[in-house]
Amino acid sequence: MNTHSNARRLVYLDHSATTPVRAEVLAAMLPYFADKFGNPSSIHSWGREARVAVDAAREQIASAIGANPQEIIFTSGGTEADNLAIRGVAQSLKDKGNHLITSQIEHHAVLNTFQDLAKQGFKVTYVPCDEYGMIDPDDVRKAITDETILISIMHGQNEVGTIQPVEEIGKIARERNIIFHSDAVQSLGKIPVNVDAMGVDLLTISSHKIYGPKGVGALYVRKGTKIKPQVTGGIHERRLRAGTENVPGIVGFGEACRLAQQEMPEESKRLRELRDRLINGILNTIPDTVLNGHPEKRLPHNANISVKYVEGEAILLNLDLFGIGASSGSACTSGSLEPSHVLLAMKIPHETAHGSLRMTLGRSNTKEDIDYVLEVLPPIVEKLRAMSVFGN
Amino acid sequence: MYNEKVMDHFMNPRNVGEIENPDGVGLVGNPVCGDVMKITIKVKDGRIEDIKFKTFGCGAAIATSSMVTELVKGKTLDEALEISNKTVAEALEGLPPQKMHCSNLAADAVHMAIKDYYEKTGKVQVAEEGIHE
Repeated sequence: MNTHSNARRLVYLDHSATTPVRAEVLAAMLPYFADKFGNPSSIHSWGREARVAVDAAREQIASAIGANPQEIIFTSGGTEADNLAIRGVAQSLKDKGNHLITSQIEHHAVLNTFQDLAKQGFKVTYVPCDEYGMIDPDDVRKAITDETILISIMHGQNEVGTIQPVEEIGKIARERNIIFHSDAVQSLGKIPVNVDAMGVDLLTISSHKIYGPKGVGALYVRKGTKIKPQVTGGIHERRLRAGTENVPGIVGFGEACRLAQQEMPEESKRLRELRDRLINGILNTIPDTVLNGHPEKRLPHNANISVKYVEGEAILLNLDLFGIGASSGSACTSGSLEPSHVLLAMKIPHETAHGSLRMTLGRSNTKEDIDYVLEVLPPIVEKLRAMSVFGN
Repeated sequence: MYNEKVMDHFMNPRNVGEIENPDGVGLVGNPVCGDVMKITIKVKDGRIEDIKFKTFGCGAAIATSSMVTELVKGKTLDEALEISNKTVAEALEGLPPQKMHCSNLAADAVHMAIKDYYEKTGKVQVAEEGIHE
């Protein structure tokens, strides 16, 4: 943090990557590290104390997504929950069929899991999206065969923020009696997430995106849905995920869920206003900038803008020196030679995809933060464009 | 991620721009991978009298472009041809491993500009093998 040579304030705009643990959550967790350290599986008072805490958190989380507490399986995070859902169904139903459906714009936790299953002999259909990063439920319907055993389509897209029509896809899945999984890691706490309204059988959620601790997440498993455990051992979590529960993490996740659910209507409205101030401010003051993702059907905290003729990492490094933390879909920041698979699926040209800038807002952000970004960004872009081969 | 030297060349790049009526032009890279560099040179008495760069790319792409212009300015064409991408990375005191291949092309752009100069002027190229590392 000693590199902010030009910073006049610190503005964290990467809440889709992770969030800080909020004070109330940390306070709820603290007793469960040393004082109340029991193993929830133990029969004695220490164990019972921990069991009560885990069950209370399970209820808080279930309540946030309209589920029954018994349908919540704790995991080490969103990635593990995605793996448990997808591999769990594929292995459990492989005698019924070998066809799986997902989309081209899923998070890598989902995408790479399907790619691995494809190597193991499953047939996978990756449905496309439109220019706004939106999946057409009709494409999902058309992809279904007699062999289809699982559909996995995310709720809120993590890079461009587009909210997917999961309710319609849920209906289609139900009509055809196919298991439906959705990754709701980015939408939880931002927009209503309800397992019955969405028509999901499996739903992935994560703690550290909603001001809870890292290292804990959950998979909602609708009663009667058969999945094969991926971590075997003791009889924890209805035998679906062995291992002593991360008690402080689970307690923190529960409290984070409770607070998110309570504050969502007001906080989402506040974030949406700030986000629109940021998006409109950039589009109106910097020429040759375009909004990526759907203009209306998008997560309230997500702004994703392509700045033409410049590369994303170069913008991020400059912003960082001004104390602003953001992310990009450029190849340089993805660690590969290709820019974001999501922007490419949206048919955004490579050059424009490399100049994408994702800013995801959160609780700490104020109007002053946004105005600071709007003041700092234009001269950065101007400087980089003056250096660029393209544009002028 | 980047060391101080790289950040200095990235934030305060040397010799940015494009020479009018250049004696040689080198363009390398590919917008698909996100790095494109253009080098223009002015040659006088077998030396690079002036050099400028324009780059679309990440921090490493911009820093290597800036560094290569500093390294070859005033050098003879033969000396400039001896400067490789590796020399540039070393002069910057190292680059992150993932940047060594995709964003470290600045010396190639200089070599291409010199080749372009030889082709335009019809002069004999002395160090043919020096062009490709």
